[in-house]
Amino acid sequence: MIRVILPPHLRTLAHVTGEVRVEVPGEVTQRHVLDAVEAKFPMLVGTMRDRGTGKRRALVRFFACEEDLSNEPPDAALPDRVAQGEEPFLVVGAMAGG
Amino acid sequence: MSGVRLLVGTRKGLFILTSDAARQDWKVDGPHFGGWEIYHANGSPVDPDRIYVSQSGGWFGQLIQRSDDGGATWQQVDHDFTYAGEVGDHLWYDGTPRPWEFKRIWHLEPSRTELDVVYAGAEDAALYKSTDGGQKWVELTGLRTHASAPKWQPGAGGMCLHTIILDPVDPDRIFVAISAAGAFRTDDGGITWKPINRGLNSDGIPDPDAEVGHCVHRIAQHPSRPDTLFMQKHWDVMRSDDAGDNWREISGDLPTDFGFPIAVHAHEPETIYVVPITSDSLHYVMDGKLRVYRSRTGGEQWEPLTVGLPQEHCYVNVLRDAMAVDTLDECGVYFGTSAGQVYGSADSGDTWKALVSDLPPICSVEAQVLP
Repeated sequence: MIRVILPPHLRTLAHVTGEVRVEVPGEVTQRHVLDAVEAKFPMLVGTMRDRGTGKRRALVRFFACEEDLSNEPPDAALPDRVAQGEEPFLVVGAMAGG
Repeated sequence: MSGVRLLVGTRKGLFILTSDAARQDWKVDGPHFGGWEIYHANGSPVDPDRIYVSQSGGWFGQLIQRSDDGGATWQQVDHDFTYAGEVGDHLWYDGTPRPWEFKRIWHLEPSRTELDVVYAGAEDAALYKSTDGGQKWVELTGLRTHASAPKWQPGAGGMCLHTIILDPVDPDRIFVAISAAGAFRTDDGGITWKPINRGLNSDGIPDPDAEVGHCVHRIAQHPSRPDTLFMQKHWDVMRSDDAGDNWREISGDLPTDFGFPIAVHAHEPETIYVVPITSDSLHYVMDGKLRVYRSRTGGEQWEPLTVGLPQEHCYVNVLRDAMAVDTLDECGVYFGTSAGQVYGSADSGDTWKALVSDLPPICSVEAQVLP
């Protein structure tokens, strides 16, 4: 199971508290993790990635193992510790005013 | 009847205010969707407990919520606002072409007669329709593919379709307004559209009398006289008596004709309300006084309404969707400010009071009379 921590607004939308866990078939990539999250919580479709282009929304960031993976290719493998369920994949609302 | 419900969209959530028919004591419920921008919330004329909410944010984009029990519970419905067909370009602020790009829904307008039909106005300007209560949205492409559309240009707040009026008599007639393209009308249910901007004059554009390019802030219509429209333009308050084919200025003795909202009294089609603000560079009311101006003659002659409104040290604005009327007798009038106050009048504007004072900045106010 892959561990994912969503930002507070998305936890509210998904009606969850704390981290979520998803099964990711195949290679554990950013794309596959987000696909799995959206499949389990369809109300989040379009909130992390533009639903037309599939690109990360500008003020959403992805962190794991103390690394900023936001600009990594979506099909690149995530760190082993994420794939093994030892570390969570973090979806973060970027710092900005308002 | 049991009372009035106000749907108040703010920068940080939706608030629902309710009162009995006396409209003196108000209960404040919220925030719903705390932290999200609620550009607009609107109830169905068919069933006031059917409410749609445009929920958006810079981080996570656009969502649409629906309630079927007056706001007690909500379900997220579809938010796939895809531009149909070839996307094409409009003009950007610098006059260069730029592809249409969806940003948010500014306005939701439920059908007057069909519970599951609802329209949505988007930035970048497009009109969407759902026939299943928001489960699926389809663009009415005739508007965005109008021959003039490549020349449309955003106003300072974006190129937003902010006004949707469903004609009370002719079900195939719809009016929309876009900042800063102007006003448009369809007479065939949204298949074809006609710019209705003749008579508008805007000094800020190369051709002041152009067919499109006018910054229309808001249009209002009275249901008993649907061919008469009132418009608050960037500058100028305007009137049309032929469904928008021709407009004339009715700013008359207003202290300034710049503003955003305009509303029509529920029972008197010649009684209209505006909230003038100082100028396009000073987006707050004049002289530190919050004054609603009322005309009971369909324009030209205006009177300031001040009783119960702050008359010193007040520097708020009222946005285009933040004024509404109820249909009780006497007519109730409501508006929300950029400083989070909701003011209401239960006597057609003669006297006012703050119904709530410390909400987040207010984007929209809609009034529902409950059965």
